[in-house]
Formats: sequence, structure tokens, C-alpha cells
Amino acid sequence: MPTLTPQRLTELKVHANRVREGIIRALLAAGSGHSAGPLDMADVFTVLYEHVLRHKPAEPEWDDRDRLLLSCGHIAPVRYSAMAYGGYFPVEELLTLRKFGTRLQGHPERVRLPAVETTSGPLGEGLAQGTGMALAAKMDGKSWRVYVVTSDAEHQCGLHWEAAMTAAKFKLDNLIAIVDRNFIQIDGSTEDVMPLEPFADKYRAFNWEVFECDGNDIAQVAETIEKAKAVKGKPSVIIAHTVPGKGVSYMEGDYTWHGKPPNKEQADQALRELEAERERILAHG
Amino acid sequence: MASALDGVAAMRLAELKDPANVKQVPTRNGFGEGVVDAGKRNRNVIAICADLSESTRMLGFKEALPDQYIEIGVSEQLLVAMAAGLASAGKIPFIASYAMFNPGRSWEQVRTTMALNETNVKIAGAHAGVSVGPDGATHQAIEDIAIMRCIPHMTVVVPCDSIQTKKATLAVAEMTGPVYLRFGREKTPVVTTEETPFELGKAQIFREGRDVAIVVCGILVYNALIAAQTLAKHGIDCMVINNHTIKPMDEETIVAAAERCGAVVTVEEHQVFGGMGSRVAEILAQRRPAPVEFVGVHDQFGQSGDPAELIEHYGMGAVAIEAAVRRAIARK
Ligand SMILES: Cc1ncc(C[n+]2csc(CCOP(=O)(O)OP(=O)(O)O)c2C)c(N)n1
Ligand SMILES: [Mg+2]
Repeated sequence: MPTLTPQRLTELKVHANRVREGIIRALLAAGSGHSAGPLDMADVFTVLYEHVLRHKPAEPEWDDRDRLLLSCGHIAPVRYSAMAYGGYFPVEELLTLRKFGTRLQGHPERVRLPAVETTSGPLGEGLAQGTGMALAAKMDGKSWRVYVVTSDAEHQCGLHWEAAMTAAKFKLDNLIAIVDRNFIQIDGSTEDVMPLEPFADKYRAFNWEVFECDGNDIAQVAETIEKAKAVKGKPSVIIAHTVPGKGVSYMEGDYTWHGKPPNKEQADQALRELEAERERILAHG
Repeated sequence: MASALDGVAAMRLAELKDPANVKQVPTRNGFGEGVVDAGKRNRNVIAICADLSESTRMLGFKEALPDQYIEIGVSEQLLVAMAAGLASAGKIPFIASYAMFNPGRSWEQVRTTMALNETNVKIAGAHAGVSVGPDGATHQAIEDIAIMRCIPHMTVVVPCDSIQTKKATLAVAEMTGPVYLRFGREKTPVVTTEETPFELGKAQIFREGRDVAIVVCGILVYNALIAAQTLAKHGIDCMVINNHTIKPMDEETIVAAAERCGAVVTVEEHQVFGGMGSRVAEILAQRRPAPVEFVGVHDQFGQSGDPAELIEHYGMGAVAIEAAVRRAIARK
């Protein structure tokens, strides 16, 4: 049974499109920051904030909320944009990204913006913290879950695998990791820089339940998360295959967009493309 | 009494009179040029990078000397420990990442595999200081000098501009032993010239003076020189010392400067706890007590912002240095 009605699916597609728009506008205003990763994870963050998470945007520190951790902090613009469009703060605040005094730091900071749960940016530290949170929930008999969004190149960090081993040891079925498998990192393709394949097998060998899906297909992402939630006795990972720069033609698939923002002209083109896509979604679903 | 400063004239510097015309080049560029030259001079010099080849300026090395270049991905602990292994087998590895991650993340590997092991590994810590700007606190290494200078055998160098960073890179390639070389991201004023001498462990007098000695390292040397120029107009005569080698520090020059001026201001883009200024204070407390004022970050984290804005906000601009000089004089 599909988890989303056709009408809801269309709404979420439009929402993800808006989230991408927010990313482009924030990056343009900031004049620095990362483009490819945030754009490719807009669909996953839309599904998480609008469909999956048990949370209260008006009460971000509600005790029983699900915890969403962004381990690869450099893709913060997608989280900030999804939060803004999800009602956590005004969309216009996105334009303060990376500026002096902002809550929207270049890499997320929990003390300035508690709803981000953890401070991140230095790669490879999210799963370990998520493991700690999931373990605490188990110890206290709590029903909230922990979702950790992590990039593929973070899997070159030893700490990530130390956490993976630990989450399996403690059978943390309240922990779901979602990997942005976009095959890019700063110096090029992940498989050239430091090969990660066979990727799914690594998690299987660490005693995780492994799912794969098209991370730019909202229906698939939603269904896959539902399946992961049903797993008992071990943690789950969802390998979300994404297209870096998704939604902006000249960025798609190009690793050089990892860490730079669009200029005015490029941003205008991106916003025009996103608007055309929005009209297409509204016309055809 | 004979002084270490006797007969020492101030170094010749680039023309600094009109700040708007000073050449601005990132210190990391000097590292990029130096490491390629070092690799050409000695084929045992290798460069290892952890997914940051362009921003650490190792890309030129990769292109010029591909057989001496190793890419390992996002693995800073591996970066150090593997380099120690390569060094044990005769290589001279330069390992580059952001200072926050190397030596930030890799500290215990640095201590054990590099220093305790006495291996000939050179760490290049890029993007140090709050001047990395909009990336924010997570990427602003302002504790790295402290955590490196407390390790036995470690040499710690913080050059003041791109030209000096190139000279320092070549100098550390020539010496044997573990080294931490620190540099920044932003374009910063080039104060030295190709002709300005550079010697590891030898502090440089960039301006002579008798009232206060400003002891400074890294990109803030320029701000210190500007502060000294302004203060001179108000009759305050500052000595400016470019204290590029934090470890081993040039004690004689520091002591002689305190002797001559009777008060010291230290300036660094770093926490004031444990950094270059702390070392100056340790030396003076033992050998020539004098009032010391510390310019740097005072027990805070950085944050996102424009680099220049952050330098001002955290009290490391020329005006803040002037104020520190006046405080030091008042304590004489
Ligand atoms: C520990 C650590 N080392 C290095 C960096 C610098 N850095 C930022 S993102 C990145 C890798 C980018 O690849 P990936 O994580 O897959 O993100 P994507 O480009 O796909 O968005 C690196 C090396 C960092 N943030 N943390
Ligand atoms: Mg990636």
C-alpha cells in the first residue's frame, strides 16, 4: 500500500521545490556555501519534516520529538530551508545564512538553534551522537526515534564505523541512518578519491538492515522509511541515491558545485528552472 | 648589559604606508608554492591530502608531482598515522587539511605516531583562525597552537604572509623532525619581500621601538604594524616582533625586547589561553617579569561572519592592538 495519496504526493513535490528555492535564495544572499548536497537532499528533508517526523515546529524542544541529526553539517541550507518552510521560523530568515549574528551558522549550531539537535560540520560525528541518543531512548523506554542524515564521503571517517558497530551491538532499531549517496566529494568522485563500494555490503557486514531507494523520488523515500521503521532488533540504513545539484540543470552531476554558491545570474536561472518545474508538477502531478 | 638586540636592525619590509595598495595574497598560496619546490628538490618529499586538495593548495603538487602525491579522502586520523608510517620508511610527508581537523581531530595520533615516535612528518594546517569567516565556529581553529606547542619534539611555525609561508615550508622540509605549520584562508597583506631573511627559531624585528614590544605572529603582523604607525603619531614608540616560530621560541629576543621596552603586548589569531602569548608570558615570568597584555580570542568560540568583521569583533584589529599597547604602558 503506498504511504502517500496522489494529492499528498503532489503537495510534497511542490514543497520540495520550494525548499530548493529557499536554498538558492539563501546561498545567493550568503555569497558562500554549498549547493550540490543541499539540493540533492531536498526531497528527503521534505519527506522527513512533512511526513515522517513526530515533532512540533512551535515547540522545537518538545521532549517526545523524534530526533533528526544532520551529520554532514555543510548541507545545512537544505535543513534550514525545510525548517523554514515547515514552520520553524520565517522563510525570510534564510537570507541571514552565514552572516554575522545569525542563528543560521555556516554549519549548524545547537546552542544557537536548538532544533538542529547537534552541532555539525566536522564530518563523521553524527552517527555516534545519534547512537547515544537512541541508546538513551531505549534505556528510558521512550518511543521517539533517531534519524541521522549522513553524506557518502563521511563514510571515510573511522568514527562513523565505530558508531555503526555500536548501534548494531545494542540492537538500536529506533535508529535510522539515511545516506546521501551522490557519489561526489570535494576532490571528485567518491570512487576515485577513496572507493566506498561495495557500500551496502559494508553495512550488512556491520549487522545493519539495508534499504536502497531513489533519494529524489518522494514516494519511494516515504515508503522506504516506513519499511525501516518496521525493522526489529537492529538499526537500519537507507542508501538514498541522489543526483548532486538536483533541480538545477547546470549543477546536476557536477562535483565542482559541492562547495560554492550560485552567482546572481546563475541563481536567477536556477529560480526560473524551479518555477517551471513547479508549474509542471501542478499541471501533471 | 649586552642585549640580543644589539646591532640588530629592523628587517626591510614591503611598503606599508598606504594600506589600500598593499598586496593581498592568502598565506596558503605560499604553502602551495613551497611544497612543490620542496618536492622537486627532494623526491622523498610526498604530499598527502584528505579531500581538500584545492583549498589547502596541494592541487599544484598533485599536478606537478603526481607520483609523490597521495589522496586518502576524509580521514584525518589516518592522514597522520599513515604519514608516520611513510616517514618511518624514509619519506618526508607533508599532510594537509584544515587546522580544525588536522591537528584538531588527529591530536592523539600526532602525539603518539608523529612526536613520541619522532617521525619526520610535516602538518600543514590550513584555514586557521576566525578569519576563515562564514563557515563558522566548527571550522575556526583557534586552539591549535596550544595543543601543538605542548607536545615534546614538535616545531610550531606561524608565518606572517604568503612569501614567508613559502620560505617556512622550504625550511621545514630541510629540517628533520615533526612540524606544525599554520596558515590561513583569506587574502592577507604581504608585509615581507623576497629578500627578507627567514630563519626557523629566530624572531624578527619588523620595527624598532622603546616603549612597548608588540610580539605577534601570523596574519595579524600587518595589524600590529599599522597600530605601531598610528601610535607613533601619538608619541608612543612600539617595537614590533614577528614571532613566527612558536616552538622552539626565540627566548633571547623576547627577553631582550622586554628588557628594552619594559612592557609587552602579544597578538595572535588564537585563544589567548595556551597560545603564542602564553609562551611569551612563561618566558618572561621566569626570566624578565614585565606587564603583558594579550590580544587574541578570549575564551570564546568564533562564529559565521565576514573575516574582517570577525577579526574586529574578537578584538584583533589595529585599534584593539593600540588599546592593548596603552594598557600595557599604564601598567609599567
Ligand atoms: C572531518 C572533516 N574533514 C574535512 C572536512 C571538509 N569537508 C567538507 S565537506 C567534505 C566532503 C564532501 O563530500 P560529502 O561529504 O560526500 O558531501 P557532498 O559533497 O556530497 O555534499 C569535506 C572533506 C570536514 N567538514 N570535516
Ligand atoms: Mg557526497
